Amino acid sequence: MALKRSVGLKGLRYRGGGPMLAWSLHRLSGLLMVILVGTHVLASFFMQQTASDLGTSLNIIYESLYFQVLIYFVIMFHGLNGLRILILDTWPQLLEYQREVIWLQWLVFIPVYGLTVFIMIQYAASSG
Amino acid sequence: MSSRTAPQLGFSFEYLMWIFTRISGLALILLMSFGMAAAFWMGARTQTDVGTLMRWTFLPNPNHVVNSDIPDITLGWATAYWQIMQILIVFFAAAHGINGVRVVIEDYVGQTWWRAFWRGLLFLIWLFILIVAVYVILAS
Repeated sequence: MALKRSVGLKGLRYRGGGPMLAWSLHRLSGLLMVILVGTHVLASFFMQQTASDLGTSLNIIYESLYFQVLIYFVIMFHGLNGLRILILDTWPQLLEYQREVIWLQWLVFIPVYGLTVFIMIQYAASSG
Repeated sequence: MSSRTAPQLGFSFEYLMWIFTRISGLALILLMSFGMAAAFWMGARTQTDVGTLMRWTFLPNPNHVVNSDIPDITLGWATAYWQIMQILIVFFAAAHGINGVRVVIEDYVGQTWWRAFWRGLLFLIWLFILIVAVYVILAS
């Protein structure tokens, strides 16, 4: 399915709006999850089985607040967006309202994620 | 655009993986919700704080909660329930994730023998992940 000509960065000029942002973030979050969670699993495995220093220091990064704020964004966005894709695939007649559904998705995501980050920062500030 | 074969009608590998991606994604959300519900049933409301409960939800692993006040951590993977839950979660997550990587790679790879190479490599990586994960869960 690959193109024979090179599109380069011209693709960034495509004004896809909300749906394109959702698609890009979904793909980016999926790849980030594979890399970050995969590294964590590998580091934990070596930390447990061989008392590896590299494994331990990698896992210490995973315990930091900034990393957890990032990983929660990645997981929650990918899940919520995936749910929207699932719903739109099951009831395709809703595809007519895709932009509005994506607006609704952000309306749900921002408070839920905001609350999560608030709790994390509050916890870190009170006992960090 | 290089010409490609038209998508087959009926059941093909890609169609089945398309369906599986949706089902596995939903299954992961449901499994994590069940994990959180079971944690509450086992006393998480009074015995853990929010952070510990969240770390248990994503994902049920005793190492995620070692520093908490849970009375009996060894219960983590000793019961069949949590072992089965965790193996199911790992299976669905690995398959869902590796299939996602396959989709991204196939967006850039043509229908040459490279596609077969990447599919084979990803299949081996998936098998490796599953075998190591099941070993860790059952042997802890």
